[in-house]
Amino acid sequence: MSKELIRLRDLTMEFDGERILDGINLYINDHEFLTLLGPSGCGKTTTLRIIGGFLTPTSGTVTFDGQVINDVPPYKRQINTVFQRYALFPHLDVYDNIAFGLRVAKVPKDEVDSRVREMLEIVSLKGYENRKVDSLSGGQQQRVAIARALVNRPKVLLLDEPLGALDLRLRKDMQNELKRIQQAMGITFIYVTHDQEEALSMSDTVVVMDKGRIQQIGRPEDIYNEPKNAFVADFIGESNILDGVMLSDYRVKFFGRIFECVDKGFAPNEPVDVVIRPEDIDIVPKDEGHLVGTVTGVTFKGLNYDIIVEFKGFKWLIQTTDFHGIGSTIGIRLNPEDIHIMHKSEYSGLFGDYSSYSAEYDELTEDADGEEE
Amino acid sequence: MKRANRIMTVLIFIFLYIPMVVLIVASFNTGKDITDFSGFTLKQYARLFQDRSLLKLLGNSLLISVLASFIATVFGTVAALGIHNLNPKMRKVAMTLTDIPMTNPDIVTGVSLSLLFVFVGTKMLGQRNSLTFWTLLIAHITFNLPYVILNVMPKLKQMDASLTDAAMDLGCTRVQAFFKVTIHEIMPGVVSGAIMAFTMSLDDFVISYFVTGPSFITLPVEIYSYTKKPIQPKIYAMFTLLFLIIFALMTAMNLTQLVSDRKKAASHLGH
Repeated sequence: MSKELIRLRDLTMEFDGERILDGINLYINDHEFLTLLGPSGCGKTTTLRIIGGFLTPTSGTVTFDGQVINDVPPYKRQINTVFQRYALFPHLDVYDNIAFGLRVAKVPKDEVDSRVREMLEIVSLKGYENRKVDSLSGGQQQRVAIARALVNRPKVLLLDEPLGALDLRLRKDMQNELKRIQQAMGITFIYVTHDQEEALSMSDTVVVMDKGRIQQIGRPEDIYNEPKNAFVADFIGESNILDGVMLSDYRVKFFGRIFECVDKGFAPNEPVDVVIRPEDIDIVPKDEGHLVGTVTGVTFKGLNYDIIVEFKGFKWLIQTTDFHGIGSTIGIRLNPEDIHIMHKSEYSGLFGDYSSYSAEYDELTEDADGEEE
Repeated sequence: MKRANRIMTVLIFIFLYIPMVVLIVASFNTGKDITDFSGFTLKQYARLFQDRSLLKLLGNSLLISVLASFIATVFGTVAALGIHNLNPKMRKVAMTLTDIPMTNPDIVTGVSLSLLFVFVGTKMLGQRNSLTFWTLLIAHITFNLPYVILNVMPKLKQMDASLTDAAMDLGCTRVQAFFKVTIHEIMPGVVSGAIMAFTMSLDDFVISYFVTGPSFITLPVEIYSYTKKPIQPKIYAMFTLLFLIIFALMTAMNLTQLVSDRKKAASHLGH
């Protein structure tokens, strides 16, 4: 298949004695759409800036096409960047912004013109050539930024939360647009975001980061279905995470009950984290259930209801299309494939408990994320 | 209350501008004395333009101000860039160090510069007369630098730091990035720094007095010696002209700022 283009080896980064990156190992293939995903301060933007050449790592190497490029300045790298707040040049119009890189490279005038016009077409901004960039909407500025980077025909495009400042509707459109451009031009995209949905829907490979370390690398499906630890399980989608004991292969005990599951390869009687996705839980009449609990909260979400159900003092989030009122008693069934087992990690016990769940709280933290970096 | 405020404002402007009005009136006076206003004349202006030595002094002053403010603007802008790129702690130290010379009394700066120049000139270079045009120029550049840095720094702080990154990302070296992008962003600060430096230079007396010799005299230094004898009315004419030039300069600067702000506001309304 496609060959390896970039490799990060044992990358660490320290600012004022604080460790921002702690041993990053990662390779990126040609033509790949790879996303660095994580909460603010996880080191994803730092990693991107090291690849772009704006930061030099404290230790470790960055290899591009087999060459170590740690000390190669940004202007000598075949990499271009779409910055978080676009960083368009305010003193230039749309055309001159896009032509900037070609002119610096002393590309002949005719070629500059044809390539700029071609890019304007690709990002659907024909007719905007002479507009001042600060007279454009956020989405248009975004597209100028993409055109300005891509017109140089880089091997790799770095995108630092490029859709963060756009409203939801526009963000969805731009996600499709970016994916289309990436496939049409056949270049490698390295994308940074804290939005897990964005990461899952666009990427070939997702790299989940936290505290300067890679928590998991995989295809979006694998990251979602087979999270490696409680952090990933919680950050990607919603998860109920419970303490359990792996009795033997395919048999796990939690809530005083033994369940069949599809996981194996754990030590006998190993304490584990059990992940159950809220949408995988089947609600049944209470006498048919594996477990019986009481509904303590209901939130209407459009597609479904988020209900909070209390089982023996522990609260779960369950997503259901049927309404169950507060106070009603329900039973649930868990099929073997609904149960995912993870080794204990430093994150065990920190996530996956919905005792303090509230929809408002979620929104608040999401807003705070938007302000990051 | 509102009325009182308004009266206060008017009073302040009267106090600020009445001396200038008196000066301008005096420059058109036919009478011998400021206390004796007897008629309107342009005679003083004619005399001014016939006085070769006075014009020469004005020329000296303009020469030193233009040169000193230009060089200080270049050095100060480069220094501001350097200070801006320091880590926050060092930046604070550097800014304090550049602020101190501004608050330092002129007379202290003047005497210490003079001592330095004489020491270097006579002891190290063996000159007989070490205070010249060059020492004056160096002194003016020195006291102008903090004003330029002070004006450029906020513009650098306001600038989106990723603009420089973007320029380098698109193939610019650091130097190219400065000339193609950064300079456009900080230009208003550079210009106001330059104008401030120019005016500081033009009217400096105290420092100039100590660091220049008889070979190169500026206007303020010369005028000071006049206070021991009566000031000739043609000096009023020159001051009136200087005031009007500065006034026009400041008005033009503010107008261009206003126009560019309006343009920006208009283009923001555009979407």
